[in-house]
Amino acid sequence: MHEMGIALQIVEIASASIPAELENVRVVRVNLKVGKLAAIVPDSLRFCFDIAVKDTPLADAELVIEELPVLARCKACRAEWIISDPVFTCEQCNSGSLEILSGRELDIESIEIAEEDGNDSK
Amino acid sequence: MILNDGLKIQRCHYHHEEFHKPRPGQSNRIAPAGERQAGTREIKVVRRVLDVNAKMAEQNRRMFAAQGVYVLNVMSSPGSGKTTTLEKTLARIMPEIKCAVIVGDICTTHDADRLAISGAPVVQVNTDEFGGDCHLAAHVIEKAASNLELGGVDLLIVENVGNLVCPAEFDIGEDARVVVLSVTEGEDKPVKYPLMFRQCDAALLNKIDLLPYLDYDKQKAIAYIHQVHPDMPVFEISAKTQDGFDPWIEWIRDRVGQKSSLP
Ligand SMILES: Nc1nc2c(ncn2[C@@H]2O[C@H](COP(=O)(O)OP(=O)(O)O)[C@@H](O)[C@H]2O)c(=O)[nH]1
Ligand SMILES: [Mg+2]
Ligand SMILES: [Zn+2]
Repeated sequence: MHEMGIALQIVEIASASIPAELENVRVVRVNLKVGKLAAIVPDSLRFCFDIAVKDTPLADAELVIEELPVLARCKACRAEWIISDPVFTCEQCNSGSLEILSGRELDIESIEIAEEDGNDSK
Repeated sequence: MILNDGLKIQRCHYHHEEFHKPRPGQSNRIAPAGERQAGTREIKVVRRVLDVNAKMAEQNRRMFAAQGVYVLNVMSSPGSGKTTTLEKTLARIMPEIKCAVIVGDICTTHDADRLAISGAPVVQVNTDEFGGDCHLAAHVIEKAASNLELGGVDLLIVENVGNLVCPAEFDIGEDARVVVLSVTEGEDKPVKYPLMFRQCDAALLNKIDLLPYLDYDKQKAIAYIHQVHPDMPVFEISAKTQDGFDPWIEWIRDRVGQKSSLP
């Protein structure tokens, strides 16, 4: 639902990550990590991204989304497991006191830029 | 008093999917270094996309702490009864607890008008620019709060935009989050929107006055809530009749009292 706002943030962060000494660079990929617990629908995000990149150095960029599973650790018995259904109790000891180790991510890992002098990109 | 501060917030696309499962045919790839296209160079970024919001929320949290204001973020689907619950709650706790309200309504001032009857200062956040928005972000709260005199205020209640997805993702600097779920919605809302139910500190199961007329399985709904968030307090209430309000009011009093008694 808020994918457009997220897409705009991604474009902003990615644009700001282009090294200052490079001119007319073309970003070809943005690598994003999205946890499965994040309130993000990857297809909607890709759709919004393609709109948000217009007239930016990311105009031709592809958004590559790596989805990360929800990894939990039981605070009582230290068991670790991947939560695939929305059940947040320990599989071993039934405790409901969990730490979510991953699954909330919404992180830009890296960008990839074309190694050319950029004459054909503007 | 109602202040319409004319804030515009980001448009969002209305689209949700149940607890995200990997779908066939969907590529979840990140290119390992070797797989990159020839002639490209990778630049590490490693930044949280919601960093700006997270920082703003922390700033709000410090500001609210400095003013001794307890902040409650109230969320639900549209129509679950947030405004009605807050109207009745304000009537019960004011003037003993001094309250202020920020309400994120999509395009009307109806909710703000209803809440202003309590005598609490109300700031309405205007979100109508694109005909519907999905959440209040930390910077919107900061701006709205700056229009309130928080000096003597003990409790700032934020009625978030009606939506069970996006508000869960946006920290606003609150002390506690409450989700309202009504018995006219499906019992399985908690498992469809697990992040919301995990992020909240209490759930209000509202409209219990309607139970005799419905086939709603209340125990099942509560079991689903606890499946997603074991031990979360669930208050069964009717905002219409105020049935079940005592434990809920007690919960608020406790929490507000703890914060304002801090040194
Ligand atoms: N029967 C009944 N109706 C309620 C109750 N709480 C709210 N409503 C009604 O539900 C509708 C939506 O309520 P409102 O407070 O505006 O919901 P919001 O969109 O979450 O703020 C209104 O018509 C309310 O009168 C309740 O406890 N019982
Ligand atoms: Mg309302
Ligand atoms: Zn365990």
